[in-house]
Amino acid sequence: MALKGNLRDFNVTQLLNLINIAQKTGTLTVEGPDAISWVSFRAGKLIYAQMGNEDGSLTGILTRAGKITSKQADVIKENATEKSDQGLGLLLINAGYLSQQVILGSIQQYALDIVYQLFTWIDGLFRFDNDVLPPADAITIRMDLENIIMEGSRQTQEWELLKDEIPSLDMALTFVDRPGADIRDVQLTVEEWKVVSYINPKNTLKQIAKTNKMNDLEIRRIVYGLVQAGLVEIIRPEGMPLPPKAKKLPPVDKKQQASLVNKLIHRIRSL
Amino acid sequence: MQTVKMVVTGPFNSGKTAFIQSVSEIDVVSTERKISTEAERIKETTTVAMDFGRITVDDDLVLYLFGTPGQKRFDFMWEILAEGMLGFVVMVDSARPETFREARGILQTFRAYAPTPYVVAANKQDLDDAWEVEDLRIALGLDSKIKMLPCVANDKGKVKSVLLELLFSILEESKE
Ligand SMILES: Nc1nc2c(ncn2[C@@H]2O[C@H](COP(=O)(O)OP(=O)(O)O)[C@@H](O)[C@H]2O)c(=O)[nH]1
Ligand SMILES: [Mg+2]
Repeated sequence: MALKGNLRDFNVTQLLNLINIAQKTGTLTVEGPDAISWVSFRAGKLIYAQMGNEDGSLTGILTRAGKITSKQADVIKENATEKSDQGLGLLLINAGYLSQQVILGSIQQYALDIVYQLFTWIDGLFRFDNDVLPPADAITIRMDLENIIMEGSRQTQEWELLKDEIPSLDMALTFVDRPGADIRDVQLTVEEWKVVSYINPKNTLKQIAKTNKMNDLEIRRIVYGLVQAGLVEIIRPEGMPLPPKAKKLPPVDKKQQASLVNKLIHRIRSL
Repeated sequence: MQTVKMVVTGPFNSGKTAFIQSVSEIDVVSTERKISTEAERIKETTTVAMDFGRITVDDDLVLYLFGTPGQKRFDFMWEILAEGMLGFVVMVDSARPETFREARGILQTFRAYAPTPYVVAANKQDLDDAWEVEDLRIALGLDSKIKMLPCVANDKGKVKSVLLELLFSILEESKE
């Protein structure tokens, strides 16, 4: 079934978060304002990215990264017996022109640049196709999305959205109990560490912000990044009184209530 | 005679009325009045007062299902509706990601009104554009502990299982 929509309603941060948590394999296609982009994932890791209006071939990427000149790129393209990126990469390594690290590093940076560019798109149709992967002869990488999401969130400063997502600073934070979500594996900024170090069901966001001398926007931005990376969760702080109108269930007697609920279950089953 | 209530909430057009209608023994639209501002003309009638369904259990017990009014200007009614409810269902139109954020906001608001059990119904699962339940769970930022159920609001069987899951949660809680 479909995983598609418009970035206006479900933004790139949220999409990457979903792909990360659901460990999806496939390709995300985004039609942005003046380009189309394809980003592929395997088990929730970024493996490949292309931007429609750019030369995303290995020679194109290496030229962009300043590892070869465009003249060299032309020569390579003309003379290489190997036309696939993988073949060409091996050729360059074996001939001693470039190291494997330089090649993989350039491809990684290229993919990252594309993904960070996507973060700036606020309008555009997206679609995720399960199990659609890059061509077999492409050179793929393998990057965790958590750091990318954190960095992307750092770069997106959407106050309105932040206020929507985190309406109240009277809430507290807790670490998410999910396999693979280990805060120690994530590179945090100093500011993020300041927040993380105060995570406790008793501390409200307001208190954490005040202690760290952060304003409402700063605290929201950091918390949003941590939440989207699936590392922390917003909870009602311990000991917070319920709003005045909130009341417990009407029948106080638990036994009586259980019998009432059983009656309801019986009745609804019979509908 | 005892009456108990459960609330069906969710964004405009998510399927609340259809949901209640599927299991109610009375006609739900009876409390609806036509309104016709341009923005709200997505469908013929829209709920201005509240949806209201009834399931008679026996001579001594009646269950009411209330749907929350969709328009922002009726938010004040939520609190009144939430008071004393056994639990609530949050309806989400699985095919309209533009409503997910609002659904999340509604869920948080209701949760703040009353600490009662709730389930989330991923409605309109019969549509081609419907997001899968597990994708929706992540999109809504819901913990794996929260019950999310596939739903088609005009399919009585599906509605029954959503209500039953909610009742099971309520039962669990009353045992604690
Ligand atoms: N295909 C499909 N349509 C539905 C479903 N539930 C509701 N609808 C339709 O969606 C529209 C809005 O439903 P309604 O119950 O009035 O939404 P409300 O505003 O939340 O009360 C109506 O046209 C319904 O017939 C469903 O599960 N599947
Ligand atoms: Mg309605």
